[in-house]
Amino acid sequence: MTEYNFETEGVKKTITYLNRKAPYGTIYALEVLESVLISAAFEQHANIVFVDDGVFQIKKDQDTADLDMKCFLPTYGIIEMEKEDADEDEDMDMNWRIIVEKESMEARGLTTDDFKIEVEVLSSAELADVLDTSDAVIGG
Amino acid sequence: MLHTVNKSPFERNSLESCLRLAKKGSAILLLEDGVYAAINGTSVSDKVSGATKDNSVYVLGPDMKARGLGESQLIDGIKIVDYAGFVDLAADNDGVTPWL
Amino acid sequence: MKFGILINEGPFTHQASDTAYKFVVAALEKGHEVPRVFFYYDGVYNANKLSAPQADDRNVVKRWSDLAADKGVDLVVCIAAGLRRGIVEDNLMDGFRISGLGQLTEAAIGTDRLMMFGD
Repeated sequence: MTEYNFETEGVKKTITYLNRKAPYGTIYALEVLESVLISAAFEQHANIVFVDDGVFQIKKDQDTADLDMKCFLPTYGIIEMEKEDADEDEDMDMNWRIIVEKESMEARGLTTDDFKIEVEVLSSAELADVLDTSDAVIGG
Repeated sequence: MLHTVNKSPFERNSLESCLRLAKKGSAILLLEDGVYAAINGTSVSDKVSGATKDNSVYVLGPDMKARGLGESQLIDGIKIVDYAGFVDLAADNDGVTPWL
Repeated sequence: MKFGILINEGPFTHQASDTAYKFVVAALEKGHEVPRVFFYYDGVYNANKLSAPQADDRNVVKRWSDLAADKGVDLVVCIAAGLRRGIVEDNLMDGFRISGLGQLTEAAIGTDRLMMFGD
Protein backbone atom coordinates (compact mmCIF):
# COMPACT_ATOMS: atom_id res chain seq x y z
CA MET A 1 0.00 0.00 0.00
CA THR A 2 1.41 3.34 -1.08
CA GLU A 3 -0.15 6.51 0.19
CA TYR A 4 0.56 9.28 -2.30
CA ASN A 5 0.84 12.85 -1.09
CA PHE A 6 -0.38 15.39 -3.61
CA GLU A 7 0.80 18.96 -3.57
CA THR A 8 -2.53 20.80 -3.76
CA GLU A 9 -1.65 23.91 -1.78
CA GLY A 10 -2.05 26.98 -3.96
CA VAL A 11 -3.21 24.95 -6.97
CA LYS A 12 -6.42 26.29 -8.48
CA LYS A 13 -8.35 24.21 -10.97
CA THR A 14 -11.77 24.27 -12.55
CA ILE A 15 -13.64 21.04 -11.99
CA THR A 16 -16.82 20.40 -13.95
CA TYR A 17 -19.41 18.07 -12.51
CA LEU A 18 -21.43 16.80 -15.43
CA ASN A 19 -24.77 15.51 -14.15
CA ARG A 20 -26.57 13.54 -16.84
CA LYS A 21 -28.65 11.04 -14.90
CA ALA A 22 -32.08 11.29 -13.32
CA PRO A 23 -32.29 10.98 -9.52
CA TYR A 24 -33.38 7.87 -7.54
CA GLY A 25 -33.43 5.33 -10.40
CA THR A 26 -29.67 5.11 -9.94
CA ILE A 27 -27.33 6.46 -7.26
CA TYR A 28 -25.14 8.53 -9.58
CA ALA A 29 -26.81 11.88 -8.87
CA LEU A 30 -26.34 11.64 -5.10
CA GLU A 31 -22.72 10.61 -5.18
CA VAL A 32 -21.76 13.36 -7.63
CA LEU A 33 -23.41 15.81 -5.25
CA GLU A 34 -21.29 14.55 -2.39
CA SER A 35 -18.12 15.09 -4.37
CA VAL A 36 -19.20 18.64 -5.25
CA LEU A 37 -19.59 19.44 -1.57
CA ILE A 38 -16.20 17.98 -0.65
CA SER A 39 -14.47 20.09 -3.29
CA ALA A 40 -15.64 23.26 -1.50
CA ALA A 41 -13.17 22.38 1.27
CA PHE A 42 -10.39 22.65 -1.32
CA GLU A 43 -11.63 26.06 -2.58
CA GLN A 44 -11.64 25.02 -6.22
CA HIS A 45 -13.58 26.57 -9.08
CA ALA A 46 -16.51 24.37 -10.06
CA ASN A 47 -19.11 24.13 -12.78
CA ILE A 48 -22.10 22.13 -11.61
CA VAL A 49 -23.75 21.26 -14.88
CA PHE A 50 -27.11 19.62 -15.55
CA VAL A 51 -27.51 18.03 -18.97
CA ASP A 52 -29.83 15.36 -20.40
CA ASP A 53 -31.86 13.62 -17.65
CA GLY A 54 -29.61 15.36 -15.10
CA VAL A 55 -31.98 18.34 -15.32
CA PHE A 56 -34.57 16.25 -13.44
CA GLN A 57 -32.27 16.28 -10.40
CA ILE A 58 -33.23 19.84 -9.50
CA LYS A 59 -36.96 19.57 -10.23
CA LYS A 60 -38.81 21.09 -7.29
CA ASP A 61 -41.45 19.31 -5.15
CA GLN A 62 -39.52 16.04 -4.90
CA ASP A 63 -40.88 13.88 -2.09
CA THR A 64 -39.21 10.52 -1.52
CA ALA A 65 -41.04 9.62 1.70
CA ASP A 66 -42.79 6.64 0.12
CA LEU A 67 -39.51 5.27 -1.24
CA ASP A 68 -37.63 5.33 2.10
CA MET A 69 -34.87 7.07 0.17
CA LYS A 70 -33.02 10.24 1.05
CA CYS A 71 -34.37 13.25 -0.82
CA PHE A 72 -31.52 15.05 -2.61
CA LEU A 73 -33.24 18.36 -2.97
CA PRO A 74 -31.97 19.96 0.29
CA THR A 75 -28.39 19.13 -0.76
CA TYR A 76 -28.78 21.23 -3.90
CA GLY A 77 -29.83 24.05 -1.59
CA ILE A 78 -26.54 23.64 0.29
CA ILE A 79 -24.61 23.84 -2.99
CA GLU A 80 -26.50 27.00 -3.89
CA MET A 81 -25.60 28.47 -0.49
CA GLU A 82 -21.92 27.54 -0.90
CA LYS A 83 -21.94 29.29 -4.25
CA GLU A 84 -23.57 32.42 -2.83
CA ASP A 85 -21.12 32.51 0.09
CA ALA A 86 -18.19 32.23 -2.31
CA ASP A 87 -19.65 34.97 -4.53
CA GLU A 88 -20.05 37.35 -1.60
CA ASP A 89 -16.74 36.65 0.14
CA GLU A 90 -14.10 38.78 -1.57
CA ASP A 91 -11.26 36.95 0.15
CA MET A 92 -12.38 33.65 -1.28
CA ASP A 93 -11.07 32.75 -4.72
CA MET A 94 -13.71 30.18 -5.57
CA ASN A 95 -16.02 30.65 -8.50
CA TRP A 96 -18.94 28.24 -8.76
CA ARG A 97 -21.45 28.16 -11.59
CA ILE A 98 -24.68 26.18 -11.58
CA ILE A 99 -25.58 25.57 -15.20
CA VAL A 100 -28.49 23.97 -17.06
CA GLU A 101 -28.30 23.26 -20.78
CA LYS A 102 -31.22 24.95 -22.51
CA GLU A 103 -31.72 22.17 -25.07
CA SER A 104 -31.91 19.44 -22.40
CA MET A 105 -34.32 21.49 -20.30
CA GLU A 106 -36.67 22.30 -23.17
CA ALA A 107 -36.60 18.75 -24.55
CA ARG A 108 -38.03 17.62 -21.20
CA GLY A 109 -40.76 20.22 -21.09
CA LEU A 110 -39.15 22.14 -18.23
CA THR A 111 -38.56 25.82 -17.58
CA THR A 112 -36.46 27.47 -14.85
CA ASP A 113 -39.69 27.81 -12.82
CA ASP A 114 -39.60 24.04 -12.37
CA PHE A 115 -36.24 24.14 -10.60
CA LYS A 116 -35.60 24.29 -6.88
CA ILE A 117 -32.46 26.40 -7.26
CA GLU A 118 -31.30 29.39 -9.29
CA VAL A 119 -29.47 28.31 -12.43
CA GLU A 120 -27.67 29.81 -15.39
CA VAL A 121 -29.25 28.57 -18.61
CA LEU A 122 -26.71 28.13 -21.41
CA SER A 123 -27.09 27.02 -25.01
CA SER A 124 -25.24 23.91 -26.18
CA ALA A 125 -22.61 26.09 -27.87
CA GLU A 126 -22.06 28.15 -24.71
CA LEU A 127 -21.84 25.01 -22.59
CA ALA A 128 -19.37 23.49 -25.05
CA ASP A 129 -17.03 26.39 -24.23
CA VAL A 130 -17.44 25.79 -20.50
CA LEU A 131 -16.60 22.10 -20.86
CA ASP A 132 -13.67 22.86 -23.10
CA THR A 133 -12.03 25.10 -20.52
CA SER A 134 -12.42 22.67 -17.59
CA ASP A 135 -9.33 21.11 -16.05
CA ALA A 136 -11.15 17.99 -14.92
CA VAL A 137 -14.61 16.65 -15.69
CA ILE A 138 -16.38 14.29 -13.32
CA GLY A 139 -19.46 12.76 -14.88
CA GLY A 140 -22.34 10.91 -13.35
CA MET B 1 -10.36 18.31 -25.09
CA LEU B 2 -10.70 14.55 -25.50
CA HIS B 3 -14.27 13.24 -25.23
CA THR B 4 -14.76 9.55 -24.47
CA VAL B 5 -17.98 7.71 -25.34
CA ASN B 6 -18.39 4.17 -24.03
CA LYS B 7 -22.08 3.59 -24.76
CA SER B 8 -23.79 2.14 -27.80
CA PRO B 9 -25.59 4.92 -29.68
CA PHE B 10 -28.53 2.54 -30.08
CA GLU B 11 -29.04 2.25 -26.33
CA ARG B 12 -28.11 5.62 -24.80
CA ASN B 13 -27.80 9.24 -25.83
CA SER B 14 -24.15 9.60 -24.71
CA LEU B 15 -22.85 9.94 -28.27
CA GLU B 16 -25.59 12.38 -29.23
CA SER B 17 -24.85 14.57 -26.20
CA CYS B 18 -21.13 14.36 -26.85
CA LEU B 19 -21.57 15.50 -30.45
CA ARG B 20 -23.83 18.34 -29.32
CA LEU B 21 -21.49 19.56 -26.59
CA ALA B 22 -18.00 18.86 -27.93
CA LYS B 23 -16.41 22.04 -29.18
CA LYS B 24 -15.36 21.99 -32.82
CA GLY B 25 -11.83 20.66 -33.16
CA SER B 26 -12.13 18.24 -30.24
CA ALA B 27 -10.95 14.65 -30.22
CA ILE B 28 -13.59 11.95 -29.69
CA LEU B 29 -12.71 8.38 -28.71
CA LEU B 30 -15.29 5.61 -29.08
CA LEU B 31 -14.60 2.71 -26.72
CA GLU B 32 -16.32 -0.26 -25.07
CA ASP B 33 -19.89 -0.40 -26.48
CA GLY B 34 -19.27 3.02 -28.00
CA VAL B 35 -17.40 1.34 -30.86
CA TYR B 36 -20.71 0.35 -32.48
CA ALA B 37 -21.02 4.02 -33.51
CA ALA B 38 -17.90 3.71 -35.67
CA ILE B 39 -19.25 1.32 -38.29
CA ASN B 40 -20.80 1.95 -41.66
CA GLY B 41 -24.38 1.34 -42.63
CA THR B 42 -26.11 2.11 -39.34
CA SER B 43 -28.76 4.68 -38.44
CA VAL B 44 -26.07 6.89 -36.88
CA SER B 45 -23.35 6.49 -39.55
CA ASP B 46 -24.19 9.74 -41.31
CA LYS B 47 -24.11 11.67 -38.06
CA VAL B 48 -20.77 10.18 -37.03
CA SER B 49 -19.37 10.70 -40.50
CA GLY B 50 -20.40 14.36 -40.24
CA ALA B 51 -18.59 14.59 -36.90
CA THR B 52 -15.33 13.49 -38.54
CA LYS B 53 -15.41 16.74 -40.55
CA ASP B 54 -15.24 18.95 -37.44
CA ASN B 55 -13.48 16.67 -34.98
CA SER B 56 -10.84 13.94 -34.87
CA VAL B 57 -12.71 10.70 -34.24
CA TYR B 58 -10.92 7.60 -32.91
CA VAL B 59 -12.02 4.11 -32.01
CA LEU B 60 -10.37 1.71 -29.57
CA GLY B 61 -9.14 -1.25 -31.63
CA PRO B 62 -9.21 -3.95 -28.91
CA ASP B 63 -12.90 -3.15 -28.24
CA MET B 64 -13.72 -3.44 -31.96
CA LYS B 65 -11.89 -6.72 -32.28
CA ALA B 66 -13.62 -8.15 -29.22
CA ARG B 67 -16.98 -7.34 -30.78
CA GLY B 68 -16.21 -8.87 -34.17
CA LEU B 69 -15.80 -5.55 -35.95
CA GLY B 70 -13.08 -5.02 -38.54
CA GLU B 71 -11.31 -2.07 -40.08
CA SER B 72 -13.18 -2.55 -43.38
CA GLN B 73 -16.46 -1.68 -41.65
CA LEU B 74 -15.17 1.63 -40.28
CA ILE B 75 -16.63 4.97 -41.33
CA ASP B 76 -14.07 6.89 -43.41
CA GLY B 77 -11.98 9.29 -41.37
CA ILE B 78 -12.10 7.33 -38.10
CA LYS B 79 -8.71 6.23 -36.84
CA ILE B 80 -8.02 3.09 -34.81
CA VAL B 81 -5.93 3.39 -31.64
CA ASP B 82 -4.76 0.85 -29.06
CA TYR B 83 -4.50 1.50 -25.31
CA ALA B 84 -1.14 3.24 -25.80
CA GLY B 85 -2.86 5.48 -28.38
CA PHE B 86 -5.64 6.15 -25.86
CA VAL B 87 -3.00 7.31 -23.37
CA ASP B 88 -1.46 9.57 -26.03
CA LEU B 89 -4.86 11.10 -26.80
CA ALA B 90 -5.46 11.81 -23.12
CA ALA B 91 -1.99 13.32 -22.73
CA ASP B 92 -2.01 15.38 -25.94
CA ASN B 93 -5.41 16.95 -25.36
CA ASP B 94 -5.72 19.38 -22.46
CA GLY B 95 -8.50 17.55 -20.64
CA VAL B 96 -10.88 14.61 -20.80
CA THR B 97 -14.69 14.65 -20.73
CA PRO B 98 -16.32 11.28 -20.13
CA TRP B 99 -19.76 10.66 -21.67
CA LEU B 100 -20.92 7.67 -19.68
CA MET C 1 2.51 13.40 -16.96
CA LYS C 2 0.38 12.46 -13.95
CA PHE C 3 -2.92 10.63 -14.48
CA GLY C 4 -5.58 10.31 -11.79
CA ILE C 5 -8.08 7.49 -12.30
CA LEU C 6 -11.68 7.29 -11.10
CA ILE C 7 -13.51 3.96 -11.31
CA ASN C 8 -17.23 3.99 -10.69
CA GLU C 9 -18.30 0.42 -11.40
CA GLY C 10 -17.53 -2.95 -9.90
CA PRO C 11 -15.68 -5.73 -11.70
CA PHE C 12 -17.34 -8.30 -13.98
CA THR C 13 -20.67 -6.51 -14.57
CA HIS C 14 -19.16 -3.53 -16.40
CA GLN C 15 -16.06 -3.21 -18.55
CA ALA C 16 -15.07 0.01 -16.76
CA SER C 17 -12.52 -1.56 -14.42
CA ASP C 18 -10.95 -3.58 -17.28
CA THR C 19 -10.61 -0.52 -19.51
CA ALA C 20 -9.15 1.49 -16.64
CA TYR C 21 -6.62 -1.25 -15.89
CA LYS C 22 -5.49 -1.47 -19.51
CA PHE C 23 -5.20 2.33 -19.62
CA VAL C 24 -3.12 2.44 -16.44
CA VAL C 25 -0.75 -0.31 -17.62
CA ALA C 26 -0.30 1.45 -20.98
CA ALA C 27 0.30 4.81 -19.28
CA LEU C 28 2.93 3.34 -16.94
CA GLU C 29 4.64 1.61 -19.87
CA LYS C 30 4.90 4.96 -21.59
CA GLY C 31 6.64 6.42 -18.57
CA HIS C 32 3.68 8.40 -17.21
CA GLU C 33 2.81 8.41 -13.53
CA VAL C 34 -0.45 7.09 -12.11
CA PRO C 35 -0.27 8.24 -8.52
CA ARG C 36 -3.82 7.35 -7.56
CA VAL C 37 -6.81 5.24 -8.53
CA PHE C 38 -10.00 6.15 -6.67
CA PHE C 39 -12.82 3.63 -6.36
CA TYR C 40 -16.27 5.12 -5.96
CA TYR C 41 -19.91 3.90 -6.15
CA ASP C 42 -19.92 0.13 -6.97
CA GLY C 43 -16.26 0.60 -7.92
CA VAL C 44 -15.46 -0.25 -4.28
CA TYR C 45 -16.14 -3.93 -5.12
CA ASN C 46 -12.84 -3.94 -7.00
CA ALA C 47 -11.21 -4.11 -3.56
CA ASN C 48 -13.09 -7.15 -2.23
CA LYS C 49 -10.50 -9.79 -1.37
CA LEU C 50 -13.23 -12.44 -1.13
CA SER C 51 -13.70 -12.19 -4.89
CA ALA C 52 -12.80 -15.59 -6.40
CA PRO C 53 -13.28 -15.71 -10.16
CA GLN C 54 -12.99 -19.02 -12.02
CA ALA C 55 -9.54 -20.11 -13.09
CA ASP C 56 -10.07 -19.28 -16.78
CA ASP C 57 -11.16 -15.69 -16.04
CA ARG C 58 -9.07 -12.64 -15.24
CA ASN C 59 -8.75 -11.83 -11.56
CA VAL C 60 -9.66 -8.15 -11.51
CA VAL C 61 -9.13 -7.62 -7.79
CA LYS C 62 -5.74 -9.34 -7.72
CA ARG C 63 -4.63 -7.52 -10.86
CA TRP C 64 -5.15 -4.14 -9.17
CA SER C 65 -3.47 -5.38 -6.02
CA ASP C 66 -0.42 -6.56 -7.98
CA LEU C 67 -0.21 -3.17 -9.67
CA ALA C 68 -0.08 -1.49 -6.28
CA ALA C 69 2.68 -3.85 -5.15
CA ASP C 70 4.74 -3.65 -8.36
CA LYS C 71 4.26 -0.03 -9.38
CA GLY C 72 3.31 1.73 -6.16
CA VAL C 73 -0.08 2.90 -7.41
CA ASP C 74 -2.15 4.30 -4.52
CA LEU C 75 -5.53 2.47 -4.59
CA VAL C 76 -8.13 4.34 -2.56
CA VAL C 77 -11.60 3.05 -1.73
CA CYS C 78 -14.23 5.66 -0.83
CA ILE C 79 -15.11 5.08 2.81
CA ALA C 80 -18.79 6.06 2.55
CA ALA C 81 -19.40 4.09 -0.65
CA GLY C 82 -17.52 1.13 0.85
CA LEU C 83 -19.40 1.12 4.14
CA ARG C 84 -22.74 1.12 2.33
CA ARG C 85 -21.65 -1.90 0.31
CA GLY C 86 -19.83 -3.80 3.04
CA ILE C 87 -16.31 -3.16 1.78
CA VAL C 88 -14.39 -2.63 5.02
CA GLU C 89 -10.91 -3.39 6.41
CA ASP C 90 -11.89 -7.03 7.09
CA ASN C 91 -12.36 -7.86 3.41
CA LEU C 92 -10.06 -5.28 1.87
CA MET C 93 -7.55 -6.68 -0.61
CA ASP C 94 -3.84 -5.98 -0.08
CA GLY C 95 -2.67 -2.79 -1.71
CA PHE C 96 -5.96 -0.92 -1.25
CA ARG C 97 -6.70 1.57 1.49
CA ILE C 98 -9.93 3.16 2.68
CA SER C 99 -10.24 6.92 2.85
CA GLY C 100 -12.54 9.87 2.24
CA LEU C 101 -13.92 11.42 -0.90
CA GLY C 102 -11.48 14.31 -0.46
CA GLN C 103 -8.87 11.94 -1.91
CA LEU C 104 -10.70 12.11 -5.24
CA THR C 105 -10.76 15.90 -5.23
CA GLU C 106 -7.07 15.85 -4.35
CA ALA C 107 -6.38 13.61 -7.36
CA ALA C 108 -8.43 15.92 -9.59
CA ILE C 109 -6.39 18.89 -8.41
CA GLY C 110 -2.99 17.24 -8.16
CA THR C 111 -2.81 15.36 -11.47
CA ASP C 112 -2.59 16.62 -15.05
CA ARG C 113 -5.53 14.53 -16.25
CA LEU C 114 -8.40 12.88 -14.45
CA MET C 115 -9.67 9.80 -16.29
CA MET C 116 -13.10 8.51 -15.39
CA PHE C 117 -14.32 4.99 -16.10
CA GLY C 118 -17.88 4.03 -15.35
CA ASP C 119 -21.35 3.42 -16.68
